Amino acid sequence: MDFVSFLIQVLNSLQYGLLLFLVASGLTLVFGIMGIINLAHGSFYMIGAYLAFALTSMTGNLMLSIALGVPLAFAFGALLEWLLFSHLYKRDHLEQVLLTYGLILIFEELRSLAVGDDVHGVAIPAIFSASIPLSDNLSYPVYRLVISVVCLALAGGLYYLIQRTRLGMMIRAGSHDRDMVKALGIDINVLYRTVFALGVALAALAGMLAAPISSVYPGMGSSVLIISFVIVVIGGVGSVWGALVAALLIGFADTFGKVLLPDLAGLMVYLVMAVVLLWRPEGIFRKG
Amino acid sequence: MNSRVSTIFKLAVLAAVLAFPVFGSGFYTEMLAKVLILAIFAMSLDLLVGFTGLVSFGHAAYFGVAAYAVALVTPKYDPASLWLALPVSVAAAALVAFVIGLFVLRTKGIYFIMVTLAFAQMAYYVFHDTPLGGGSDGIYLNFKPDAAIAGWAPFDLNEPLHLYYFVAGAMLFVYGLLKLVLRSPFGRVLVGIRSNEHRMLSLGYATFRYKLAAFTLAGALAGLAGFLYAVLFGFVTPEYLSWHKSGDVLLMVILGGMGNLAGAIAGAVALVGLQELFTGMTKHWQLLMGVTIVAAVLFMPGGMTATPARIMARINGGKTNE
Repeated sequence: MDFVSFLIQVLNSLQYGLLLFLVASGLTLVFGIMGIINLAHGSFYMIGAYLAFALTSMTGNLMLSIALGVPLAFAFGALLEWLLFSHLYKRDHLEQVLLTYGLILIFEELRSLAVGDDVHGVAIPAIFSASIPLSDNLSYPVYRLVISVVCLALAGGLYYLIQRTRLGMMIRAGSHDRDMVKALGIDINVLYRTVFALGVALAALAGMLAAPISSVYPGMGSSVLIISFVIVVIGGVGSVWGALVAALLIGFADTFGKVLLPDLAGLMVYLVMAVVLLWRPEGIFRKG
Repeated sequence: MNSRVSTIFKLAVLAAVLAFPVFGSGFYTEMLAKVLILAIFAMSLDLLVGFTGLVSFGHAAYFGVAAYAVALVTPKYDPASLWLALPVSVAAAALVAFVIGLFVLRTKGIYFIMVTLAFAQMAYYVFHDTPLGGGSDGIYLNFKPDAAIAGWAPFDLNEPLHLYYFVAGAMLFVYGLLKLVLRSPFGRVLVGIRSNEHRMLSLGYATFRYKLAAFTLAGALAGLAGFLYAVLFGFVTPEYLSWHKSGDVLLMVILGGMGNLAGAIAGAVALVGLQELFTGMTKHWQLLMGVTIVAAVLFMPGGMTATPARIMARINGGKTNE
């Protein structure tokens, strides 16, 4: 592999890993703070992508669609938490798995009823549709760089939110000791609803950003869901920074796996997970 | 239900299962055979989930590995011997469960759920992406295994009736085996691990070995179910290992009521019955399935087998046992 194609693969790995981080961060937060294992999290990614498709065909502009779609997803998350997930906090993991598995079926069928089962494309916004030439015949699309930059900015924003704001302080306290947070007079229901809705919005945003490059298709949620689970496990359940490191690791493993060992591409991610778990059974950034 | 009513009920169900092909049509006989196979699958998972407290979300892997094993040992133009194919399939599933168990049993709780899922996905991709098992198309099993021993055949699996009773016999065998296992000291240790693993450790039990043995046994029995499933339907696809299959079997165990072999069987009946009912109603049957699952979790804690007692308690004016 020459330097330019190596560079392209590195950029692809970063872009893929950062996108996965958006999905996995919500999953790990929701588990870390509310103790909920949410199989339907991949569906939010799928819903985001279809929302991008639907809104873009109405407005004609992906960026406008994202600006409209993210608040919609946030509101949807808050509603879902109020209707269903708030009843799950006291149940065991098994019942959570079951209920959210049922939700996947519901979301997939509603999607099928609303938009059908066809594969759809979403146009890249005109200002990002160019490519940067890297050599005589190789170039890199600007849009993928934009995704990486947006995701990095969001990771930075999430860091600021969690480490530097009052809400972040409550989130950190909530993941450490739920009952104490309640005893201190913080409205835990509002906190839970906010965190859950934030997770939904991040996953949906990832789906919207990915829509132009991956296209929009049935079942896109479940592949992302399982990879996100792997990331959460590798990173350490509840650790946002662990999720970032693990997402990048998986991004590289998957991208380079496809290039170097195409026959084992699907396996690569799980092999990485097996190795990490042999080394640290509770993830890289297991919280104390 | 008191134990006498329960025993009479079980015997009645057994009699109905054995007599069914005499009265039922071929279509329903095949469907009931499918239910019996899934009941084996669900009971094998219940050993882990209900009795040992290990929530495995990757149980389809062992089911699928055994199904592929029978397809791979069957020559293209001849049947394989049943007495070779059956042990090979079950052993393959047990071996895979043993190796995966070495990894996943190092983890606990939510990690265990996710890691079993991830390993099952790994197995799925082995059959989906590599040419080993025909890729995503799977393999047709052109010949059902031959039961002949040195020229003498006690039964013929090509006969739907023989196959049905073979499946029913396997189901009874697994039910009886698990009853015995659970009554044995080994089974008591497993139940002890479920209620308090630390205590079992301090009592001097090497809990890891017990869990690994349970995991391997559950894998082998899931393999038996996978073997029968492949023989019944005559083909294997990577979908047998998909996480939807793992979800379905978990659903059977939970819907039926965990930690109760009869519950696992009831769950298999309920799931196949609901699927049959909903697919007859609409193309979008999964929507109804999803709503049913959500409603069951919200309104039926403890599963179906716990529901009669809850209803009785409510009728008697007492509180439910929540």
